[in-house]
Amino acid sequence: MRYFSLVMVFFLSLTTQAQEYFPKNDGVKQSFKNFTAIQNATIYVSATQKIENATLLIKENKIIDVGTSVNIPKGAQIIDAKGKTIYPSFVELYSEFGINKPTPRPSGNFTPQYESSREGYYWNDHVKPEYNAYENLSYDTKAAGSLREAGFGTVLSHHSDGVIAGTGLLWTLNDFGSNADRMLKDKVSQHFTFNRSRFTKQTYPSSLMGSMALIRQVYHDAKWYGQGNASNKDLSLEAFNTNKNLIQIFNAGDKLNALRAAKIGNEFGVKYLIKGSGNEFESINEIKKTGATFIIPLNFPDAYDVSDPYLAQQVSLSDMKFWNQAPFNLKILAENNVPFVLSTADLKETKSFLSNLRKAVTYGLPKDKALLALTETPAKLVNQFDKVGSIAKGKLANFIIVSGDIFEDKSNILENWVQGNRNIIDKINPTDIRGTYDLTFDNHKFELKIEGETSKFEAKAVKDSVNFGTKIQFNDPWVNLVIKNQDTTKANFVRLSGTFVKDMMQGKAVLENGNETTWTATKRTTEVKEDKKKDDKKDEPKVPSMYAVTFPNISFGTAEKPKQETILIKNTTVWTGEKDGILKETDVLIQNGKIARIGKNLPSTGAKVVDGTGKHLTAGIIDEHSHIAISNGVNEGGQNSSAEVTIEDVVNSDDINIYRNLAGGVTSANLLHGSANPIGGRAAFIKLKWGYSPDEMLVNDAPKYIKFALGENVKQSNWGDFSRNRFPQSRMGVEQVYEDYFTRAIEYKNEWDAYKSGKGKNKVMPRFDIELEVIGEILAKKRFITCHSYVQSEINMLMKLAERYNFKIQTFTHILEGYKLADKMSAHGVAGSTFADWWAYKYEVNDAIPYNAAIMMNEGVQVSINSDDAEMSRRLNQEAAKTVKYGNVTEEEAWNFVTLNPAKILQVDNKVGSIKVGKDADVVLWSDSPLSIYTRAEKTLVDGIIFYDLEKEAETLALIQKERAELINLMLDAKNKGMKTQLPKKKENGHYHCDTLGEYCKESHYKYN
Amino acid sequence: MKKYIVLLFISLFGFAQQTPAPKQTKSILILGAKAHLGNGKVIENSMISIVDGKIAAIGDATIMKPGKHDIWIDASGKHVYPGFIAPNSTLGLVEIDAVRASDDESEIGEFNPHVRSIIAYNSESKLVETTRPNGVLLAQITPRGGRIPGTSSIVQLDAWTWEDATIKENDGIHLNWPRSYSRAGWWAEPGGIEMNKNYDPQVKAIQEYFDNAFAYLGSKNSKKDIPYEAMKGLQSGEKTLFINANGEKEIIDAVLFKKKNDIKKMVIVGGFYAFKVAPLLKENNVAVLLNRVHSLPLLEDQDVNLPYKNAKLLVDAGVLVGLQNAGDMERMQTRNLPFYAGTCAAWGLNKEQALQLITGNSAKILGIDNMYGTLESGKSATLFISEGDALDMKTNVISLAFIDGRQISLDSHHTELYQRYKGKFEQQKK
Repeated sequence: MRYFSLVMVFFLSLTTQAQEYFPKNDGVKQSFKNFTAIQNATIYVSATQKIENATLLIKENKIIDVGTSVNIPKGAQIIDAKGKTIYPSFVELYSEFGINKPTPRPSGNFTPQYESSREGYYWNDHVKPEYNAYENLSYDTKAAGSLREAGFGTVLSHHSDGVIAGTGLLWTLNDFGSNADRMLKDKVSQHFTFNRSRFTKQTYPSSLMGSMALIRQVYHDAKWYGQGNASNKDLSLEAFNTNKNLIQIFNAGDKLNALRAAKIGNEFGVKYLIKGSGNEFESINEIKKTGATFIIPLNFPDAYDVSDPYLAQQVSLSDMKFWNQAPFNLKILAENNVPFVLSTADLKETKSFLSNLRKAVTYGLPKDKALLALTETPAKLVNQFDKVGSIAKGKLANFIIVSGDIFEDKSNILENWVQGNRNIIDKINPTDIRGTYDLTFDNHKFELKIEGETSKFEAKAVKDSVNFGTKIQFNDPWVNLVIKNQDTTKANFVRLSGTFVKDMMQGKAVLENGNETTWTATKRTTEVKEDKKKDDKKDEPKVPSMYAVTFPNISFGTAEKPKQETILIKNTTVWTGEKDGILKETDVLIQNGKIARIGKNLPSTGAKVVDGTGKHLTAGIIDEHSHIAISNGVNEGGQNSSAEVTIEDVVNSDDINIYRNLAGGVTSANLLHGSANPIGGRAAFIKLKWGYSPDEMLVNDAPKYIKFALGENVKQSNWGDFSRNRFPQSRMGVEQVYEDYFTRAIEYKNEWDAYKSGKGKNKVMPRFDIELEVIGEILAKKRFITCHSYVQSEINMLMKLAERYNFKIQTFTHILEGYKLADKMSAHGVAGSTFADWWAYKYEVNDAIPYNAAIMMNEGVQVSINSDDAEMSRRLNQEAAKTVKYGNVTEEEAWNFVTLNPAKILQVDNKVGSIKVGKDADVVLWSDSPLSIYTRAEKTLVDGIIFYDLEKEAETLALIQKERAELINLMLDAKNKGMKTQLPKKKENGHYHCDTLGEYCKESHYKYN
Repeated sequence: MKKYIVLLFISLFGFAQQTPAPKQTKSILILGAKAHLGNGKVIENSMISIVDGKIAAIGDATIMKPGKHDIWIDASGKHVYPGFIAPNSTLGLVEIDAVRASDDESEIGEFNPHVRSIIAYNSESKLVETTRPNGVLLAQITPRGGRIPGTSSIVQLDAWTWEDATIKENDGIHLNWPRSYSRAGWWAEPGGIEMNKNYDPQVKAIQEYFDNAFAYLGSKNSKKDIPYEAMKGLQSGEKTLFINANGEKEIIDAVLFKKKNDIKKMVIVGGFYAFKVAPLLKENNVAVLLNRVHSLPLLEDQDVNLPYKNAKLLVDAGVLVGLQNAGDMERMQTRNLPFYAGTCAAWGLNKEQALQLITGNSAKILGIDNMYGTLESGKSATLFISEGDALDMKTNVISLAFIDGRQISLDSHHTELYQRYKGKFEQQKK
């Protein structure tokens, strides 16, 4: 394959593909089909079974027989494949091959589109299960050729567009037939993604969590629709229900997204075939637990071009390490028995597939598992193992002939047979004309030397030790030679044309003067000795050692997942946060993740002793309002309510800001949805357990919250003049949005109650609505509101509204004018979680004052100080200290603003927020008073596990530098060896704020929080 | 005659801006405070004499004998600091970030040396008055945007008009150095980092602009060129060239640019990676006005606390360093300037070194050290008394502040609202 220049095509059975019952007007019908026998080959009839010296007999598009004792019918065409290996051709399950994709129309119109553009379909344009790949085909012979050269014979094609992207078909790479011949199954799969369709502007979903919520709602709606409860026609849901029995393929991508896809699958009893990205090894345990089968793209990152040190600096260690680690992914998946198939998806060039496959095998992927993943496993997954995936009687004649072991670098795929059609990629037994000849014509005698590769010969004509410029072309059996006259000043040539038969060439020569004569060239018998030594074992592939996966697999990750320890912190100043106040010269014992004892001179038996002399021990900081550790979108602003989405779906355990927060003494954070809409999404309360999985960070039994928002952001004041078409556009409208949703939630519940009770007229099952379910939880006091708020009018409004609906608002967050109606807040019983000193960033914070916390507290409001910002969150101790300055709050009260009070506000104070025996050991050891500007967090523990240790920072940074330097050297080496490189890429870790829109973070954020 | 005054807070109800203090006609003696001079030195028990708005004398109270003063202030147990200086500031140029009508910080066009921030400086901005109670009494009002945003001026923060506020008009020209690399793609889909192909042409364009400007200034011209006219003073040292640059390569290029063009005074603004080229900066007498201390590392692999340690790295290498705080919500954050310095002290500098970053050093960098930045006799009495350590939030409680000897109001929109609503609730409880 490396040297092929022509892909030759044999018209073995040109008429095979014309359908039997189709009329024929261009000639007469011919029905004879010959047998083909391929002999003397090593045949892998399956991934695990190999037959030596076997024969493969085929006719038309089928395999007639295979084995060592095959009866070859008379007249069968014989192909000698001695020394060659035959494999079943590969099955690709993830491709957009041959799909006719229109180009999305760019729109110059910035006005958001909230409604669907379709009628008779689902309300959301990004849900299009009714799309069928088989109705949008445009067979691409060029792409088919590339896939065949990579060993594929059968492909599952679909159009990966939209959250529910429709069905895929299974077809072959048969250039000779029509789609009628190629299609093995018209609808074989239903496809899911987390991404919006490129063909609609409809705003929802605008985030990963929005996509997840949408998929869930579709499952509910489809079930309900399928039971005949709807009064309208919905072609999308009908298609979705029909497609249910197909294989369900989820293009998840990244490992965390794979876990997210699997989570949705579990909820609805669906086992997705998950398309991964190649970083599954980083979370292998969680990946394994999904029990899912994966489609793994055989795609490895190129080395970064790090020759410019200023640019190289931008590449993160994690990206460099990934370059080293990625080729080991399949080995690790195989070792862990995670089932997978291999795919060309995500590859820039299909032709790198084979070299990547070999790389994976060199890096430890067992050959049989690789073959299984390319043949039997995918064939079985699409229920087509009766046709493809192995070489057996009755199956399609889809196989490849390889010059040797396909996993060896030097092997070429010579032929790829699809449905009995032979596609020659390289000749099986090329005629070798190399050698030294005696060339004679017109009384001239030359020595003709033919060298080079069999795919490209080079010729040299010598007479009396003089070299003549010579060109050769060989098209078996025809040889063309052009020999230039010795006189270099003249353009005179002798042209020779003839045939090669058995070491002898002869034919016609056209001389410089146009005279014709004959020529012959006879091969000399003395053969050139082959330099065998050269190739011997010299190029044995070197496998670099794999950089160990850290927890998480980025800088500051640890070699081992940090574990609980028994720790005795001795002789320190303990800020209990409780009525005991600040205890001097006190010991605290941490055991089994809890605070076990507080006292003087505690025995240290078995405990790791930390000397706390001169230091201060406090409960860990709890950030009531955080947007760190969130994947792809903090706002689902595609609609004015998004109660159906939840941050719990999109916790990102790999965010470096988790570590940075730990370095600032933060131990848990309430991850909030943004403030793009009056009813935002549900929150996630996490512990900052760096190196643990998202599920392990989530505190499952913590009370559940939802973000609401008021004011400029929800009325889109600062979104530009084109955003004027979503209700509400004023504070007046905001109230009505709430009225509407709470009213509907009540009615929704009533409908269900009536239906469940079986009484009354309601026989039709109501539709299950995730959004209204969630709003119902608020009314049932099972979910609590934390509301982004600024000015007193709107704050008052929401309290009054809640009172009308018989519940209370749990928290106002930001609440910068809380001081103006602290009395009313106190009466309502709502807490205030505010900034220490932010103001002036937008009109509604013109009256924000730093004395806010103090006034609210003095009026009996439960107050906390939060960050809403990845930078400020690591200095919340300083922010708390500001309340001592602004409003004379006592130091203990100020400290509680970031520990016990947020714990109370989040209703987790039974577990965290203070140093009390029995509470979780979420504690911080500070070098100084925690409120001092001069203090440093020295150790941060969560659940009794040390996650940050200032003492070890120097060591960690040295290791980062060492690994960076090593990897940069390895990459420079790779570049020098001529390997492909890519531009350095800076890892973007944007920071979310309340107003960040879309899935991605802005680097320069405007803090219109 | 000894006359101790009791500190009096006059709360002006109503929503007016604070009234600027009148000229100080009386002599003042501040006794017993721990004086932080802003040059690294401390006088534990100090005596500060203020006459005609200037520090007439400062020294050790245990040695010096007090002369006759109109006002005696007993500040024993308290601290005195020189007024903090906020360089590279847009105070008074924007009132509310999100309200475009209130935004006057940048002009269109690339090279605008003639654009002068001072005339747009709103001395009555509510943000200005909130900085004073934290000790920030001086600022360099600086335009933003384009390659050369314009010319800055230095003000004191208690004035009726910009004219009254000005202490040094047109002190410097600001230049945004191009970035040597740029990122392909856009923020939603970042591509690779790549060399900024336009870097060289962009640097050339700057050079050409300076060449032309200096050529113009060095010859007789019948027609006046307003922007080039504004470039006057860069070579004589009358004006400082402030170059905004963060990367190593950019900083090195900026220093080469200084040398090539005989720029007398040049300052790097930002300078995130300045510590990597510190010897070069020191050798060429280039000071750094460092990025906001309270910010995140630029890269995932960097020391989590690098922004906190950056100042120390430069100070240790002998570079003159001041702090500035351009960035998000920069105007309202001005009042946190002392705490940026405090954080530098938490991460390696001693407290007096940290103080220099917002007082003596900044005054030197801005070229106002003849009058401001340190507590030294002969200099302006622009200083304040704090109940405790002014670099720490808990103890930054300012009881008295003076600008040029004038005792300024420490009230603000915030303290007024505080009093108003505290009053509301007190009234309700009666």
